[in-house]
Amino acid sequence: MNEPDLVQLLSPTGHRVDHPDYTPRIAHLDAEALRGMHRDMVLARRVDSEATSLQRQGELALYAQALGQEAAQVGSARALATQDYVFPSYREHAVAQVRGVDPVDILKLFRGVDHGGWDPAEHNVHLYTLVIGSHTLHATGYAMGIQRDGLVGTGDPSRDTAVVAYFGDGATAQGDTNEAFVFAAVNNAPIVLFCQNNQWAISEPTEKQSRVPIVERGRGFGVPSVRVDGNDVLACYAVTAEALERARSGGGPTFIEAYTYRMGAHTTSDDPTRYRSAAEEEHWRQRDPIDRLTALLEAEGELTAEYQEALAAEAEVLGERLRAEVRALEAPATSSMFDNVYATPHAVVDGERAWFAEYEASFLADGESATEGAGR
Amino acid sequence: MSPTTERITLAKAINLGMRRALEQDPKVMLMGEDIGKLGGVFRVTDGLQKDFGPDRVVDTPLAESGIVGTAIGLALRGYRPVCEIQFDGFIFPAFDQITTQLAKMHYRSRGRLQLPVVIRVPFGGGIGAVEHHSESPEVLFAHTAGLRVVSPATPGDAFTMIQEAIASPDPVLFFEPKGRYWDKAEVDLDAVGGGLDKARVARRGNDLTLVAHGPTVTTALKAAEAAAADGTSIEVIDLRSISPLDTATVAESVRRTGRCVVVHEAPVLYGTGGEVAARITEECFFHLEAPVLRVGGFHAPYPVARLEHEYLPSLDRVLDAVDRTLAV
Repeated sequence: MNEPDLVQLLSPTGHRVDHPDYTPRIAHLDAEALRGMHRDMVLARRVDSEATSLQRQGELALYAQALGQEAAQVGSARALATQDYVFPSYREHAVAQVRGVDPVDILKLFRGVDHGGWDPAEHNVHLYTLVIGSHTLHATGYAMGIQRDGLVGTGDPSRDTAVVAYFGDGATAQGDTNEAFVFAAVNNAPIVLFCQNNQWAISEPTEKQSRVPIVERGRGFGVPSVRVDGNDVLACYAVTAEALERARSGGGPTFIEAYTYRMGAHTTSDDPTRYRSAAEEEHWRQRDPIDRLTALLEAEGELTAEYQEALAAEAEVLGERLRAEVRALEAPATSSMFDNVYATPHAVVDGERAWFAEYEASFLADGESATEGAGR
Repeated sequence: MSPTTERITLAKAINLGMRRALEQDPKVMLMGEDIGKLGGVFRVTDGLQKDFGPDRVVDTPLAESGIVGTAIGLALRGYRPVCEIQFDGFIFPAFDQITTQLAKMHYRSRGRLQLPVVIRVPFGGGIGAVEHHSESPEVLFAHTAGLRVVSPATPGDAFTMIQEAIASPDPVLFFEPKGRYWDKAEVDLDAVGGGLDKARVARRGNDLTLVAHGPTVTTALKAAEAAAADGTSIEVIDLRSISPLDTATVAESVRRTGRCVVVHEAPVLYGTGGEVAARITEECFFHLEAPVLRVGGFHAPYPVARLEHEYLPSLDRVLDAVDRTLAV
């Protein structure tokens, strides 16, 4: 398997690689910052394995692992400013965690108790979008709104704002994603279009989505495009930082293809043994994004026993909390299915809600009162 | 005549309503194909880009899904986009964004995210157009929870309803009867709307209730006029809203008249007429003197222009249904 030409600052064996454009972008990352990235990645992987177990135990209906994509997600998310806004697909668990979204809130969707799960305004992370590529247009429109708010190119780093839309290699075939490129380009919108090419759209390899390397697609739209080693957290950080700076300063959109690998199944309902080889999986296991940052920290003497013990303890606490809190998530009240269909009263919804309440009450014996929620 | 009353076309009424909204709320913006210098293919946005600038009256790329998708993003950022879909038959590239995203964001977010987006759709036939330019797809959207679907029939309603649609915190599909764009009426430019979800009794009568919306309201009124000459008193209800459906107003009328005919340009199969008939049957069965009849398009694609007057619910076909209902 030939490695494509891509930006890399950390080799698969954990050695620093010099790049004339991008090494300066990580010069300020000290040992503390590197351990911070390492911690994010390790905790994200812990959430992934806990959630997978919870699905196997029947506590989640479904789960989509981010396994193997931690560097692409943590590196890019760590380059964001507080005021920046993220539009994820449905596999950006590590991005959401870096932004402060509680993993329990993420799992509400997979447990079937909430279509969303968190308040987007709290962390500037939009809700997951399950229709492939639809949110790339929302992200572009949001960026057009930022332009109209006058928050591009002010020169004030605490005000200038950008948007990142995350999507996968499969999404690059969708019409909406291509329209997002068109709208972003002609509007010079402050957006970073961040594709995690994890090689597989469920069972279809990237060759089924594109005749050319995916990064080439961006150039046709007039969008500066860069391909980065998606398993190299430092390179992902550097290219995203550059793209965000371009967006915030008025330089317009950037397309990033983070070349990575979906080490797990598409979701817990998938069976990758039907369509890909063990040898391929092993090839990518040798390029594990966490291992290479661990190796770097170790080589530079920054992987202290104290840090490792603290991280292991934190992961244990997180795992325990996740198991307990997810199992405690109850189904919402039955009547809530009628809530928020509209922001203002709608006669049909109101009529059906009233009828259903009466229907349910008709099964109660005299004197019995309706208890909604638990167990339904 | 009060000084704020003007005799204007339905197209101009929408134009003035949007102008009012643009003046009153800096977050209101218009998006669409050719809506800038050209003023839209029907000139409904005439002069607005000149007065409000290209950032608020935006000529977009030719991509309907992109228009609606970016409007959703703009709404998430606090804007109130009004999208123009050039013709009814061109809304389908945006169908996914409208039904899976626009309609469901408020629900998905448990009320945290509102999408005050208006999608204007010139709809209906009778203009001698080529394929895809004469369709009536309103029920495809009314079938989707989370969307409001309305259609003004008069310049006066067009003026107030477009402003109410823009002010609504819910997404609104705004179906404009393009065949009536040039109909004129006195419009009170100080009028404020009485709510987007209420039907209007367009003509009082006692013997039969004719239910219509958009372009067929005029047809229904002509039918009532013709029937009056024969001594039949017809009540005409302009639904104004397809979602929600103002069943109460229709039922109140049918309880008095005992007879009901529903008219629309959209195909009859699974249409608004079927919904009205079902609800009337549920609510006023014992007041009905005859089955509820429907007059509308056939279960065939919209035909070539030379045949559209046979496809559309003409005055004669409406009167035929009225006669059949009264004969029971």
